[in-house]
Amino acid sequence: MSDAKQIFIKDATLNAADGDQRAFIRKALGGYYVNRDLQKARYRDWERARDAASLAKWTAVNDLANQLEKFTANFERNGGIVHWARDSAEARAIILKIAADVNAKAIVKSKCMTSEEIHLNDALEKAGYGVVESDLGEFIQQLRGEPPYHFVFPCMHVKREAISELFTKHLGTAPTDSPEELTMIARRHLRQLYVDADIGITGANFLVAETGQISITENEGNARLTAALPRIHIALSGIEKVVNRLDDLAVLLPMLATAGAGQPMTCYNTLYAGPRKPGECDGPEQFHLVLLDNARTRLLADPEQRDALHCIRCGACLNVCPIFKNIGGLAYGTTYQGPIGSVITPHLRGLKQWNHLSSASSLCGACTDACPVRIDLHHHLLHNRRNAMKQSPSLFDRVFHAGFGFVMKRPALFALGGKVFLATLPLLKKLPLPYMSAWLKTRDLPVAPPKSFRDQWKDSAHG
Amino acid sequence: MRVSLFVPCFVDQLAPQVGLATAKVLKRLGHDVEFRAEQTCCGQPSFNSGQWDVAREGAIRALQVFRGAEVVVGPSGSCVAMIKKFYPELLKDTPHLAAAEDLAARTFEFSEFLVNQLGVTDVGAKFAKKVTYHDGCHALRELRLKEEPRQLLRAVKGLELIESEEGESCCGFGGLFSAKFPMISTAMVQVKGGALARTGADFVVSSDPSCLLQIGGWLSREGKPILPLHIAEVLAHDA
Repeated sequence: MSDAKQIFIKDATLNAADGDQRAFIRKALGGYYVNRDLQKARYRDWERARDAASLAKWTAVNDLANQLEKFTANFERNGGIVHWARDSAEARAIILKIAADVNAKAIVKSKCMTSEEIHLNDALEKAGYGVVESDLGEFIQQLRGEPPYHFVFPCMHVKREAISELFTKHLGTAPTDSPEELTMIARRHLRQLYVDADIGITGANFLVAETGQISITENEGNARLTAALPRIHIALSGIEKVVNRLDDLAVLLPMLATAGAGQPMTCYNTLYAGPRKPGECDGPEQFHLVLLDNARTRLLADPEQRDALHCIRCGACLNVCPIFKNIGGLAYGTTYQGPIGSVITPHLRGLKQWNHLSSASSLCGACTDACPVRIDLHHHLLHNRRNAMKQSPSLFDRVFHAGFGFVMKRPALFALGGKVFLATLPLLKKLPLPYMSAWLKTRDLPVAPPKSFRDQWKDSAHG
Repeated sequence: MRVSLFVPCFVDQLAPQVGLATAKVLKRLGHDVEFRAEQTCCGQPSFNSGQWDVAREGAIRALQVFRGAEVVVGPSGSCVAMIKKFYPELLKDTPHLAAAEDLAARTFEFSEFLVNQLGVTDVGAKFAKKVTYHDGCHALRELRLKEEPRQLLRAVKGLELIESEEGESCCGFGGLFSAKFPMISTAMVQVKGGALARTGADFVVSSDPSCLLQIGGWLSREGKPILPLHIAEVLAHDA
């Protein structure tokens, strides 16, 4: 069993038994379902919109090399500087070098899951920089010393009282249970940090090839301050975020908001094109973009699962996933939680270590139905399981299924096996058998009928 | 029409009454029903465990077993989805693909067959009970069956259909998932089973016996006063 799997089983078991926390998460998502359905109903045809969104991403991903070249040429024409990073280490080194080159001391960040993926904060802090997350949820998680619970709602699992305590401890503020007051505490704390920061680090929701612009979507306005106030702006993005045309955003931006958060549009949608130009009153002196591969090209090379690169990180699949809702986001142990994380993490970080996430699913398919860009999520979990079996089958699985296959091909043996199973079921229930005892810990099995269907059919007039 | 029954292996062993009820309803509607005893398992446990080579052998066997059958009808959305959706995927690079697609086109889940193929919603059943319906995920999302079973239930004399919260939530069965990750599976059935019990219905009805195994197993353990029942068993009750 891989280390990651052992930790997963331990954490998932603990969380699945925590009824209060599970109820809290369900309640937190309750309003989202209502709003999402309201907003979906405003589309003339949500399913056709999904087709359009999926096509926009398909077109970009299946022509990725050309679109990236086009994007970077236009981005540079706007005055930006592009850096290519093959993996996390390269991306961290690039950002550390920029920070050293510009004599930075303080760094402010807006929400960027790609920076979680490359463990950027650790690297920056180790190098002596002060780093502050400016997204409220990320700020709270940073104070808690915990990774994001959900890649769109980072602290959805934290109760208001706990946030108040956290602020009292770290910021010395008076306790309060008012969400507005808590937000204002964070805002007052963060305002000066934008002004003091030398570098603002953001993510990117979309890279628009035809204009060379970066599209960033946010609800708090903190990304605008992060991108505009410090003298250096560094954006970090996976290479798959590219879209061909500005028009593609007309469908992708509202769908991102509706599918992910139940909003008609996210509050702030900003396009960034290059650093401050002569005569402009704000914007950074330098605008860097770090484009990260980190095994995305490996996924690109797999025609079966390439559509996982369509992902716009809306989080809709997490919000509907019964696994996510019952084990929580931290149990995954990954940057990207939920169904999309279970699909792509084995590609990004190794199938052998991470295939258990693909197995830990009932394959209910709610994620696939929720995905605004039509990623075939739950079937990809099946594909990962198949690939893992090919790569390194466990002995138990091999023997179990070889035996099952042997019996499956022999109807007489199959029928005999059934008879023996029925006759011995009361005994089997008492033995410490794998699978059987796990089932019986929380659930009963029906009383064995006296005869199987095939025997009853044979005995009756039909046979 | 001559209907060939496709009886899932755990129905064969643990819920034979579901297979018998399916046959009874089809006969009542005037169809010939056969059961080809060489059938075994559709191979889904191996397919879902990533053992596609083992599952493929099972699929090829099933193609032989059901060769020449006019229609194949199974009382399980999950096992029927295996034939209709996953056999063609399993066999796509093999000489068996055409046969797999042919079988897929002739195979139907029980409520799908009644409503969409035969155009029947009233099968002449009477069942004066309160029931709630559980959508199995394979029937709902692989086969896109939602209204079909409800149309059948609404036409049953005396039956009151109550929808539950968490209507489209998974029960947490997922085949071997339920035993490999029992803690997650149990948390899921707590959510689902709790919502079903709160409807106050006498029975939870489904077109999927595997979901009923999970839901029924948990309801029984928790002592909840609501019993699992397959839709074929409801429809088999004579008027």
